[in-house]
Amino acid sequence: MTTANPITTTPRPLSSRRAAWHAYLALTTRDLHVLGRNLPALLVQVGLQPLLFTFAFAYVMPSIGSGLGGATSFSTILLPGLIASTLTLQSIMSVTGPLAAELGPGREITDRALAPLPVWALGLQKITSSAVFGLVSTLVVVPIVWLVHAPGNAPRAHIDNWPLLLTTLILSALLASTLGLLLGTAIDAAAFGALLGLLLAAATMLGCVYYPWTALHTIRWVQVLTLANPLVYMSEGLRANLTPSTGHMPTWAYLTALTLGTAALGHLALRRFARRVQT
Amino acid sequence: MNPTPTPAPPVTPAAATAHAPTAIRTEGLRKVYRRAQDGLVAVDGLDLTVHQGEFFGLLGTNGAGKSTTIGMLTTLVVPSAGRAWVAGREVRADPVGVKSRIGVVSQGNTLDRALSVADNLAFRGRYFGMPAAAARHRALELLEQFGLADKAGAKAHQLSGGQARRVMIGRALMHLPEVLFLDEPTAGVDPQAREDLWQIIAGLHETGQTVVLTTHYLDEAEALCQRLAVIDHGHLLACDTPEAIKATSGAQTVITVHYDADATPATDALQGIPGGPHDLAVDGPTVRVRTTHPDGILGHLLRAGSAAGLTVRDATTTPPSLQTAFLTLTGRDYTP
Repeated sequence: MTTANPITTTPRPLSSRRAAWHAYLALTTRDLHVLGRNLPALLVQVGLQPLLFTFAFAYVMPSIGSGLGGATSFSTILLPGLIASTLTLQSIMSVTGPLAAELGPGREITDRALAPLPVWALGLQKITSSAVFGLVSTLVVVPIVWLVHAPGNAPRAHIDNWPLLLTTLILSALLASTLGLLLGTAIDAAAFGALLGLLLAAATMLGCVYYPWTALHTIRWVQVLTLANPLVYMSEGLRANLTPSTGHMPTWAYLTALTLGTAALGHLALRRFARRVQT
Repeated sequence: MNPTPTPAPPVTPAAATAHAPTAIRTEGLRKVYRRAQDGLVAVDGLDLTVHQGEFFGLLGTNGAGKSTTIGMLTTLVVPSAGRAWVAGREVRADPVGVKSRIGVVSQGNTLDRALSVADNLAFRGRYFGMPAAAARHRALELLEQFGLADKAGAKAHQLSGGQARRVMIGRALMHLPEVLFLDEPTAGVDPQAREDLWQIIAGLHETGQTVVLTTHYLDEAEALCQRLAVIDHGHLLACDTPEAIKATSGAQTVITVHYDADATPATDALQGIPGGPHDLAVDGPTVRVRTTHPDGILGHLLRAGSAAGLTVRDATTTPPSLQTAFLTLTGRDYTP
């Protein structure tokens, strides 16, 4: 073992703003590097649940004559719903999973918190990285919900407005990741697993994943109650863009909710994150 | 005229850096943890100066405020009051500027468990703006330097405590920081690994690296640091070279005698140490004398005790050390 420091000249540090930007990109590169390495396991993890679900409800049930969805095939209703729920689940979990370890007893977060960027920007970086995770997971779920169905029960979808669809997807991923950061910093890591499972189950069942929001007009109180669930706006946003014939929430409504929701929850989550990282 | 030239005083390392530019300065730095019970004052009005190229130590028992001080200097703990400049940047006004210029080895193992050892270093370099190839090159170079080349592909959790600490030091050096902070770098590692770490850290300082180290090990502080800040309950008790701290705090030898019975009734007899006055304290069967002239004192305590019907069970003489200095400064034993 030698002890000489091989380089003794100190480089000129970048300006704080440029340094922060470099750090932001490098941290994102790090996350993508880890994502790439875990991709095979991730694909199974992301794809299995939608696959089983579509197999049971879009293939088996219609095949034995117990089809859901009335005049519209259930696979058409499921298409936007399962994309939205997978996007939500994966975006949330890709923040909360690492965060529980990082804020745990070893305080691994210190490693990232010492990178030259403000602590709030580190939180924002976690949100954007997880949104990328969420969007990648939609690429896995789309072929599953598209292809797995009983004969004659293919989902009927068409896309009129690609920019609006992409905007809706990106906003949905950002909102879900923001929720993930808020949950990950607000809830104790030890209690997290069970509590997150419950929250996500409730959000999914009441998230207009398996039924369109407009169809709820017959049970008005449920229709109003579901408006408190962020997943509703993601499902309805995708429904409006992919399967408009099933009926959907107006575009202005889901876009406003997704945008304001991300901004408001983002403000809370970043404040909370800074408090957990800096004492 | 003196025909023989007076020899120049030996240049101590501290004297050599005394006029060097400042690496760290704090003014009235204070931290109160409001959420703790009764608002715990962890650091209370700390004024420190660390010069460039200096090896500076923060010494104190657990809970003295060392890690909170390092936390404030590295921007991870927000000061409640006071100001601190590190590498020319104020920690609250420009935390990103401070972080760009410092390397930190935390007390716990904060290695990125999702990455290999080499990637831990390489990505750290990239966080600080190094191009990918240069970061990779320097990472492998540092691992080689620290005798960890064969661990480049290992996962962080596969390393021993000492190896993890060496990797963390390497990682902190990736971007050539102006100031290197080491928070209890040898806590919890085996003696051989401790020796290796001392060698590495001392080697870094020899190349001109400014080092700030916290430790609760007195021998570590004395062996490595040019100057020490002794901290207790958030207060700065002394800040000087280890030699000067020992000298100014009395440079006293401490003689402790345990008798078989309460020595309080014999206090007057025990006080009559020849060549006195000496600082003698009686606490039940334990008598402790702090002195700069220790000769003959133990004999006196044996004889005077015997005359008072006391038998010596145990006697120790501790030469002047940081331990006795701490005792003089705080009035209590140093128990890390």
